[in-house]
Amino acid sequence: MSIRERLSGNEAIATAMRQINPDVFAMFPITPSTEIPQYYAQYVADGRVDTEFITVESEHSSLSACLGAEAAGVRAVTATSSAGLSFMNEVLYVAASSRLPIVLAVACRALTGPININHDYSDSMAERDSGFIQIYGENNQEVYDNYLQAHRIAEHPDVRLPLMICEDGFITSHAIENIELEDDEAVKKFVGEYHPENYLLKKENPLAVGPYGVSNYYMEARVAQAQAMKNAKKVILDVAADFEKTFGRKYGFFEEYKMEDAELAMVIMGSSAGTAKAAVDKLRAEGVKAGLIKIRVFRPFPGEELAKALKGVKAVAVMDKSEGFSACGGPLFAETAGACINMPDRPLMVDIVFGLGGRDFTVEAALSVYDRLKNIAATGEPGELYTHMGQRER
Amino acid sequence: MAYNLKQEMNKPERFHSGHRLCAGCGAGIVCRAMMRAVEPEDQAVICNATGCLEVSSFQYPYTAWEDSYIHTAFENASATASGVEAAYNVLKRKGKIEADRNIKILAIGGDGGTYDIGFQSLSGALERGHDFTYFCYDNNAYMNTGTQRSSATPRFASATTTPSGVESVGKKQNQKDLTQIVVMHGAPYVAQTTLFGNMKDFHEKAHKAIYTEGPTFVNCLTPCPRGWGYPAEDLLAICKAAIDTCVWPIYEVVNGEYRLTYEPKKKLPVEEFMKKQTRFKHCFAKGNEWTIEAAQEYVDKKWEELLAKCK
Repeated sequence: MSIRERLSGNEAIATAMRQINPDVFAMFPITPSTEIPQYYAQYVADGRVDTEFITVESEHSSLSACLGAEAAGVRAVTATSSAGLSFMNEVLYVAASSRLPIVLAVACRALTGPININHDYSDSMAERDSGFIQIYGENNQEVYDNYLQAHRIAEHPDVRLPLMICEDGFITSHAIENIELEDDEAVKKFVGEYHPENYLLKKENPLAVGPYGVSNYYMEARVAQAQAMKNAKKVILDVAADFEKTFGRKYGFFEEYKMEDAELAMVIMGSSAGTAKAAVDKLRAEGVKAGLIKIRVFRPFPGEELAKALKGVKAVAVMDKSEGFSACGGPLFAETAGACINMPDRPLMVDIVFGLGGRDFTVEAALSVYDRLKNIAATGEPGELYTHMGQRER
Repeated sequence: MAYNLKQEMNKPERFHSGHRLCAGCGAGIVCRAMMRAVEPEDQAVICNATGCLEVSSFQYPYTAWEDSYIHTAFENASATASGVEAAYNVLKRKGKIEADRNIKILAIGGDGGTYDIGFQSLSGALERGHDFTYFCYDNNAYMNTGTQRSSATPRFASATTTPSGVESVGKKQNQKDLTQIVVMHGAPYVAQTTLFGNMKDFHEKAHKAIYTEGPTFVNCLTPCPRGWGYPAEDLLAICKAAIDTCVWPIYEVVNGEYRLTYEPKKKLPVEEFMKKQTRFKHCFAKGNEWTIEAAQEYVDKKWEELLAKCK
């Protein structure tokens, strides 16, 4: 039986962690993810979990400690945001290439400069090529549900990759919403125990991790890692199917909102999708064929499936909540446009960078995007490919 | 049981030949001796910082290590060891590791990975009190990248980023005294040693460090033939000169109590150490005599300070 509660995204994640009871949690605080280890420290203090809780001296060390623990044969988790994730950058790549299924909760926050504690995806998008699986949630419920699925995906023998569960800093991490929690025992049963094949502390078979790989071997290791990321697609769907069967809530690579006959569509991520859905509803009431795709799984990127979902759409606005400084669009745009490259009659597409550093995104703003799409569809002219939205003009 | 080199050498090797370390490098000797100090019935997990040792001892698909080994990055050997130790604790607590199994967690890095880039991680792990032993093979510079100066490079040594020249007499600063800094963390066992005699000093310190509960530290001066400029066969002679000149004092600190474990019968002048190595060659050039005097002055001062602590 599920339990109705009111929790912030951070507490929802901490609750999921408590229910899973990982062996090691190495923490270093950073806004807005700090509450996750704080809640967890209280669970440790109250004897509700039997996790080794290591209070390290930096994010570089928190992920390094997770790496050591996971390689030693146990489940290891941590949480971070923004500069903390950037500080982990080097170790993220080591974790992924060492094929260690660490689960990392990220309360996504802008990167410095200027320093800013509010939400955008500049931190997680900067790590999109680190080899971590990345799963994003729109609200507390999704973030909690995603977390319950995380270990099973990451630890699957065909995958064995670390995984980020991403929530929107403050918007999701701190806002208290209604949520359906699952029973502790049901969660434990769903997630299961961790049984790694080989690990440092295994008696019979010592293990060596992290070799120097010369040119004769490096490429094979990378190709195997790339294959694991491809394999993750099936595992993500399998775990989602079992999750739906067990707990009744349905998940996929992305959510299609009123896309059946949509002519104008947004591709968007996270909490902003909730705002944009309100705009879609308003337009639908006026007879406008508007729809929306909310990306849940960014790594592995569901390119083929996304292209299929965009079939028949006339104009698409890709909504990037991070600035990639490529001078030709943000990361979500690059992936989406790339996914559609060989599609016959592909839709016209523009990229809109919005909401940086917590800049508000309103229903009116979303409506203005659909207005623009209406014009693109009518004229067949995409106009400027890459623009920003919501900034003051002077 | 008294130390017996012959018996020690009859133990099964836990760091194998075939690694790619240079002839005349001290790091391989450190690893073999470190592993001999682990009781044969105990297992070990070695957490190695990036450096010469890592690229030479674990080049895929070969490893020189008999025990479990993990390399993650340059600056995080202590943090990685913290995680391994946490995993060991939790598995023991949950009964998933047999009660009679004893696994020793060792970290090892060069002076780059220990004094400098890995210093924060080391300090954090020492402060948290993890049960592990950190071995530093201090070869006085960043050798893996080609002898750039480190905070362990002694004053006047020529390194590729502090070369000697008409306007330069090598590195300008004295060596960071990392052993003292570790002592100040309150670690229960801290020692300084090098490769000399029948390796009794190294062995006993390594064994004490590994079998003392809590974070322990062994700093081993480990000459590098390429960086220091000496013929491979002079390795042990250079170590001996380092201890007889008191350039590298040999001592241990047990719960804050200092004890000298080697005192030269006759303290030799520093040039006996310096003249054996090309990195100090310029110190012997005409007009640079003052460098040897300054080096001597510094060694004397440090030695007196240490003697006072050992009283």
